[in-house]
Amino acid sequence: MSDAPALSLSSVCRSFGPVEVLHDVDIALRAGEVHALIGENGAGKSTTMKIMSGYLSATSGEMRLDGRVVTFADSEAAEAAGVVLIHQEFNLADQLTVEQNIFLGHELRRGPLLDKRAMRDRTRALLERLECKVDPRSRVRDISNPDKQMVEIAKALSREARVLIMDEPTAVLTNREAEVLFAQVERLRADGVAILFTSHKLDEVKHIGDVVTVMRDGDVVAQGAVADMSEDDMATAMVGRDVSSLYPVRDTPVGDEVVLRVRGLTVPGYAQGVDFDLRRGEILGIAGLIGSGRTETMEGLVGLRSHSGKVELHGAPVRLTSPKAALAHGICYLTEDRKSRGLLLNKGMRENLTLQSLADFTHVTIDRRAEEAALTRAIEDFDIRAPHRAVDVGNLSGGNQQKLLLAKTMLADPEIVIIDEPTRGIDIGTKQQIYEFIHALTARGKSVIVISSEMQEVMGLADRVLVMRTGRIVGELAGDDMTEDAIVRLAMGLGARKEVA
Amino acid sequence: MAVADTTTTTRARPKVDLRVLGPILALVALLVTGALLNSNFLGAANVTNVLSRSAFIGIIAVGMTFVITSGGLDLSVGSMAAFIAGLMILVMNGLLPTMGPGWPLIVVGMGAALVAGLAAGFVNGFLITNMRIEAFIVTLGTMGIYRSLVTWLADGGTLSLDFGLRGIYRPVYYDGILGVSWPIIVFALVAIAGEVVMRMTAFGRHCAAIGSNDTVARYSSVNVNRVRIMTYILLGMLVGVATIMYVPRLGSASASTGVLWELEAIAAVIIGGTMLKGGFGRVWGTVIGVLILSLIDNILNLTDGVSPYLNGAIQGVIIILAVILQREGKAEG
Repeated sequence: MSDAPALSLSSVCRSFGPVEVLHDVDIALRAGEVHALIGENGAGKSTTMKIMSGYLSATSGEMRLDGRVVTFADSEAAEAAGVVLIHQEFNLADQLTVEQNIFLGHELRRGPLLDKRAMRDRTRALLERLECKVDPRSRVRDISNPDKQMVEIAKALSREARVLIMDEPTAVLTNREAEVLFAQVERLRADGVAILFTSHKLDEVKHIGDVVTVMRDGDVVAQGAVADMSEDDMATAMVGRDVSSLYPVRDTPVGDEVVLRVRGLTVPGYAQGVDFDLRRGEILGIAGLIGSGRTETMEGLVGLRSHSGKVELHGAPVRLTSPKAALAHGICYLTEDRKSRGLLLNKGMRENLTLQSLADFTHVTIDRRAEEAALTRAIEDFDIRAPHRAVDVGNLSGGNQQKLLLAKTMLADPEIVIIDEPTRGIDIGTKQQIYEFIHALTARGKSVIVISSEMQEVMGLADRVLVMRTGRIVGELAGDDMTEDAIVRLAMGLGARKEVA
Repeated sequence: MAVADTTTTTRARPKVDLRVLGPILALVALLVTGALLNSNFLGAANVTNVLSRSAFIGIIAVGMTFVITSGGLDLSVGSMAAFIAGLMILVMNGLLPTMGPGWPLIVVGMGAALVAGLAAGFVNGFLITNMRIEAFIVTLGTMGIYRSLVTWLADGGTLSLDFGLRGIYRPVYYDGILGVSWPIIVFALVAIAGEVVMRMTAFGRHCAAIGSNDTVARYSSVNVNRVRIMTYILLGMLVGVATIMYVPRLGSASASTGVLWELEAIAAVIIGGTMLKGGFGRVWGTVIGVLILSLIDNILNLTDGVSPYLNGAIQGVIIILAVILQREGKAEG
């Protein structure tokens, strides 16, 4: 603790208009240390990171780089000083190649022309250092999410980053991909880079963090060595109340009646011969690695993708050729990608809420008053917290967007709800609420299918779990057989009952 | 792209919204300027003249508002109008010997114009949605096709409506009720209906949703392709309506009919505050946009100070200004 921190904030406040959103924040990032910043959505993590990386300025307080007071005029100034923020949504130009992205804005030149060879060589070296096997010449749109993450990190390293700030780096990664990322983080730590990252996954914090700072409502409420805090301590500090019982107790019995029977559902390129039944009031979990075809299978089921196979509702065969047809039969799919498939980010909450069920609000013209009433009810029922009613949905926090998406789906009053990744990128307090909503649905006799990459979530919520691998269902688990180990083994292709090569 | 954070949103509410007031202020400024420069400017004759001439572009621009709001574009409307005008004249001239001159024949001609507009709009919409070709490319193609067809039909010259029929049809452009001419009445009705549809019906809401993010619309059970095709069909039919009002004015159609109408209509839509990339549209704004464009033309013709040849330059400046003003109100993102 003798040398000055690489980057530190002391008594930093930040206001937007009359509202102060950060109150006297103190954080010190040290070289060779991984600092985890956790807190619920809206706790002030993003604002803190943006101040550190020059996207925002502090209203008061000071920031020190290697002990000297600094102010960054903008993010470029911060980057020049070696402080780089990696956004949660990738900041990469999809159409450009990996190497073009890495040197974007900092192209190496030889005279007036680009020095492509030097850039390619340096890109190779950077990617090698990160043990990333992606080809520098491939276009960014063609590479996977974890590779994109690595390209972002390589880009940061090419700027000689000494302080690397990562906003939820694992939000879009599977566990396995996250492991690869963590290995790189450890390597960077060994190289003496100061690292700050945010995450909603406390096991990750425990796993790779050295120091943790917990924020709530713009205050730092806890700070200390990760070794001294349990996951429960962190969660309690974040939420301000005890959250040990994350999953509500399942107190409604599953009905006997099979409401949905799917046989031989095939979605070309993604799923083959998927069979399953869904009972009234049941929560059916679907587990599997990302890329195992879970999402595509369900998108096929509701007619978002071309598909074949037999689907029966209450014993009667139906053909679901479009989401509209599916909805008419009472089946609704809630996408995992709320930002680009679920919500219109530049529209208000009212337009979003009623989009799916607009016909119910329309008698020749749309009944505005009924829409407003529905919004009032949704805000209350789903505890949506917005600065004001007319706010653009893109400005809501992830948790509130997810609640709005749930409210939108429920407004259409489906009988069967398919929820894809119900709590991705959402803080623990909101997670708990969403689990309660799901339980409340089954209590009303609805049936729910939950797709999730989080094992804990699948096991905590579902009555029964189907495990998918390479487009097929490779196992079904229920009751005491539903263990993390069993799910992972099936998902990875171990101990599957029958595997077609 | 905003990183979700409740904090970044607290501002924004109060403040004068230039995006709403901008076009209105510009219109008022033009009216004041016009009145100061020429005492006849606000006279009934001039006002009627300006409005009647605006009606064609105006009726088309209302349809264009829907197309642009849902993220599309239609460059073919000017050629389409010329083609429909030519077709209408040919149909009426052709049926004259059998049906004789009279209103039944003109009604048939009007019907032909509407059907042709519907079909042309459907072709555009079908190619864009079902064949998945860029709207710009499809309508650039059909623009050339219709322009060429009308030139061919007229054999490089002019298609003229039978002289006797012209006399019967003439009142549709020149007469009206209580001194308000028919084109103005029709324009007003189309504009009011358009505003209601855009603002108060599921169709209008769906157009904005599709223009804003068509994937979200699709995942929200909106039949995206059908709504898109409908916008092009609506526009096609409105081109038909505009042509019905236009033909009695000159009684002829040629290769130079409707030249640049598409750009004027698009310009009016943009000046009115509809976003070119889609997602937000307002019909009343388009109406103001149309009026602004024709007033500039009119004022330059009435005054000696500035050459009317500069009309295009001034309109160009207004279009660019309108877009700059509209951007100011928006948060960067």
